[in-house]
Amino acid sequence: MSLIGTLARMEAVREGRARPLATVRHRHLAARPLVFVPLTTAGEAGAPLGALVGTERDAPRLLVVAQPRDRDMRFAFLAELADAMLPYVEAYGDAVEHEERKETDPETGRKVPVEVELCADAPQLLVPSAAGVEYVRLLGRSMRFRRTAEQDPDAPHPAPPRVPLLGRWLTHFGERAHVPGSSLLLAMTQLLGRHWATGQSALEDQHLGALLAWIDPPDGMPGGQAALRAELERDADGLLIHPPAGPATDPVFDNKRLAPAVTRYDRARTEALEAAPHRFAAAQEALADADRALRELLASQLRPTWDAVWHGVDLLRALPEGAHVAERWKRDRWSYTGHRDRVRAGEPPQPRRDDAVTAARKLAARETAQARLDAQEALDDPLVMAARRLAGEAFAGEVTEVVMEYTQAKVARPRPLVTLRTADGPHVADGATLHRALPDGRTQSAEFVAYGPGGTLTVRLTGGMGRGKVPDTGSVPEPGHHVCWTLFDHAPRGGPDLPDPEQTPWTHGGPPAAVAEAPDPVTAEDRL
Amino acid sequence: MDKAALARALGSPATFGQSQFAFVRGHAFEARVKADGGTELVRLLHARLAGAAAAAPPPGPDDVRIPDLTAAGPEGRTARTALALREATAAGRWTLLDHPLLAMDVAGTPAYLEPDAVVVHPDGSWTVVEIKSFAMVDGSADAAKVGAAARQAAVYALALEPLAGRVASGATVRHEVLLVCPKDFSNVPDAALVDIRKQLATTRRQLGRLTGVADIAAALPEGTSFDLCLADDGRTPRRPSGELAEALDAVAPAYAPECLAACELAFHCRARARAEGSVQTLGRGARAELGGLTTIESVLAAAAGEAGDPDDPAVAALRRAAALRAEALAPCGAEPVPAARKELPCH
Repeated sequence: MSLIGTLARMEAVREGRARPLATVRHRHLAARPLVFVPLTTAGEAGAPLGALVGTERDAPRLLVVAQPRDRDMRFAFLAELADAMLPYVEAYGDAVEHEERKETDPETGRKVPVEVELCADAPQLLVPSAAGVEYVRLLGRSMRFRRTAEQDPDAPHPAPPRVPLLGRWLTHFGERAHVPGSSLLLAMTQLLGRHWATGQSALEDQHLGALLAWIDPPDGMPGGQAALRAELERDADGLLIHPPAGPATDPVFDNKRLAPAVTRYDRARTEALEAAPHRFAAAQEALADADRALRELLASQLRPTWDAVWHGVDLLRALPEGAHVAERWKRDRWSYTGHRDRVRAGEPPQPRRDDAVTAARKLAARETAQARLDAQEALDDPLVMAARRLAGEAFAGEVTEVVMEYTQAKVARPRPLVTLRTADGPHVADGATLHRALPDGRTQSAEFVAYGPGGTLTVRLTGGMGRGKVPDTGSVPEPGHHVCWTLFDHAPRGGPDLPDPEQTPWTHGGPPAAVAEAPDPVTAEDRL
Repeated sequence: MDKAALARALGSPATFGQSQFAFVRGHAFEARVKADGGTELVRLLHARLAGAAAAAPPPGPDDVRIPDLTAAGPEGRTARTALALREATAAGRWTLLDHPLLAMDVAGTPAYLEPDAVVVHPDGSWTVVEIKSFAMVDGSADAAKVGAAARQAAVYALALEPLAGRVASGATVRHEVLLVCPKDFSNVPDAALVDIRKQLATTRRQLGRLTGVADIAAALPEGTSFDLCLADDGRTPRRPSGELAEALDAVAPAYAPECLAACELAFHCRARARAEGSVQTLGRGARAELGGLTTIESVLAAAAGEAGDPDDPAVAALRRAAALRAEALAPCGAEPVPAARKELPCH
C-alpha cells in the first residue's frame, strides 16, 4: 500500500466512511453482468452446496444440492448451472466485428494481413470475493474432464450434457482473472477495494458486508460501527445476521441449521423410497417439504450476498469509466473470441498442467499486462498519478521557459528544451527517457537534461512534434502550461517471442508429449 | 488458560469453529489413510523417497508395525511414545506411531504435542506425517495451507529431535515431512514430501527468543489474574468483564490484523487498538513508512501540518502525500482547491 493509500485509510477512520482511492472506474463493468454467488460444502473440494445466479437483480436463480455428498445430486446441480450460465456465455459468440491482424504465412514465412473475427462484446462474471474467483477455477477444473454419455458411451457415471463445456468456460474465466486489469471475471471485494479506502485493513476488506458498510454506511451510523455489525452481529442462536459472502459457510450455520436440515432431507428421502403404497403420497410430501426447507435455508444465506454484490455494482456504476478501460476490455474480447474459436474447433479441454512454453508465455503476458495496467491507471486517474509522483516515477509542474534548439542533421529537427518548476522529486538520471501524454492521445518522448535552481528541471523533447522543422501546433508546451512527465513507458511491451511448444529446449523438459488428458477416475469416495 | 472462554467473558468472543461436515470428512479421511495397518501410508512415503531408501522394496501388508501407545496421563503417553520410538529404531523395520504424544519446552513451560503420525524407517530415521483434509488438485494445494502445515510439522520435528539424540544407534529426524491430502476431488490419499528446513530454523529461533512465562508474570502488577471465577455450572464467569479487561491491559498487546485468523483474543485486542487509534489496525505495512508516528491522529495531524517535525523524513513524506492527494481530488470538488495547482484535470 502506498503512503497515499495509507493516508486515505486514516482519513476514512477520521470521517467514519470510506474515502476514494480513484477518481474514475478502472475496470469494465458490463451493462448486463452475470452475478454468481456460490456456496460450498465445508471440508470438501469442489462440492457445491448451492448458488444464486443470474443477470437480473430481482430474479436470481436458486440452485441447491440437498445432499452435497451425493454424486447424482451434484451432477444435477452442475447441469442446472450449465443451463443457467451457458446461454449467457455463448450469447456473445455470434455478434462479431472484423479486425485486421498480421499473421505469418506458413508457406512464405512473411507477415500478411488477415481479417479475423472479434466478438463485439463479451460476457462478464461477477462473484462476491476473491475466494469466489478461486472457486470458479476449482469448479471449472472439476467439470472439464468429465465425459458425457455422448462423448464416451462406456464412461461410468457420465456427466450430463454441457457440463464439461461449462467446465472449460469456467476454467477460461478463472485463468483470465489472473491477468491484471482483465474484467471477464471480477470479485466484488477487489473491485470495491480498488476504488475506495476503508478505515480497516486490507485483510478485513475481504469481508464484502464490512467493506460495503464502510463505503455506504446505513443512515447516521459511522462506517466502523456498521462494519463491525456486518462482521460480527449474531442473533440469539449464535447465527450471523449478515452471512459470509462465501463460498465457505459459517460453521455455526452448518452445525445448527444446515446439518439438521440435511439429515431431515436424508430421512425423508429414505422413507419416500421405502414407503408402502398407502404411505407413498405422505412420504413424497414430507420429502418435498424437506427439500423446500433446505432451499429456503440456503436462500437465506445467499440472498444478502446477492444483494450486496448488486449494491456494489450500483456504487461502481456511479463512477465514470477510465479512458483506457475500453482498450483493456477489447483484450478481454479477444480472449473470449479465442476461447470461443477453440471450443468451436473441437479442441480438447485445457490441460491439467501447462507445458513449459505455455506457462512462460502466460507469465510474460501477465507481467506485460501488469505494467500496462499500472501505466494506464496512472494516465487515467490523477489520484493514481499522485502516488507515482510521490514514488518519484513521475513529475508534474508549470512550464517556466521553452528554448528552441535543433538537431545538427542535414534536415534540422526541433529539439526544444522545456524547463518546468515542480515540487516533485523524481528519481531520474541524466539522459533518461521521459514520456508525456499529448492531448490527442499520442505519447511524446523526451530526455532528462538537468536539475535547475529552485525546484526546476529541464527536459529536451525528442519526438511527437511532426515531421517538419516547425513543431506541430500544440506539441510543444508553452510557459504557463501544466505538464506531467512519467519515467515509465505508457505502452510497455513484452519481451521477445517464445518458441513454439514443439521447439521447447531440453533444459525445459523438451517438447511436451502429445497425450490427450484422461478424465478423472471415478472413485467410490464421490459418495460418502 | 482458556483464551476462548476469556474472550467470551470479555464480550468479544472468537468466531473459530469447525463445521461438522468438515469434521466428519476430515476424520473419515484420516481413518482411511491409516487403515490396513498403516501399509498404505508407509507405501505412500516409500514411493516418494529418493536414493538408497527408494531402492529398498516397498513394505508388504504385514511389514508395518503399529505399537500400542495408550497410557494414563500425558506423562505416561510421552514416556510410552519415547519407548516405542527406541524399540522401533532398534528393530530396524517400518513402524507407524499413530498419534504419539511429544513433550516440548516452550519458554520454560512444558507443552504436549500430538502429531497425526510418525513413521520410523528401517534405517532408523523418523518422518513426521501430517494428514490434512484440504485437497491436492493436480499435485498442488493452497500455498497458505501447505505453509501452515509445514510450520506445524516443524514444531513436531523439533520436539522429536531431543528424543532422537537420546536414543542411540544413530536415530535422526528427517527434514522432510510427509503431507498427506485427498487427491483431486476424491477421498483417495495423495502425498508429497515437504522440505521444512526453513520452518525448522525459524521456529527454533522464535522459541529461543521467547520470553519465559515466569519473566512475563514477574513484570505484571502483583495480583494480576485472568481467573474467570467460574460459577458452579463450570461455564458462567462470575468475575465482571471490566475487571478482566483491566487485568488483560496489564499485558502489552501487539495487535495486527493477521491476529484475527489465529488468536481467540484478537477481537478484544482489535477493539482496544482501534480505541487507541493505533496505525497497526490498518495493517502491518502501514506502520513501516510512518516512522515514529503510531496513532492515526498524530499521522493526520502531521500530514495536515499541525504537528510533527518537518525535518523528519516520515513527516515530510506524509505532507507531500497529503498535498498530492488533495491536489488530485480537488478538481472533483471533494476537497478545497489549493491555490495555483490544478494540472491534471479529472476525467
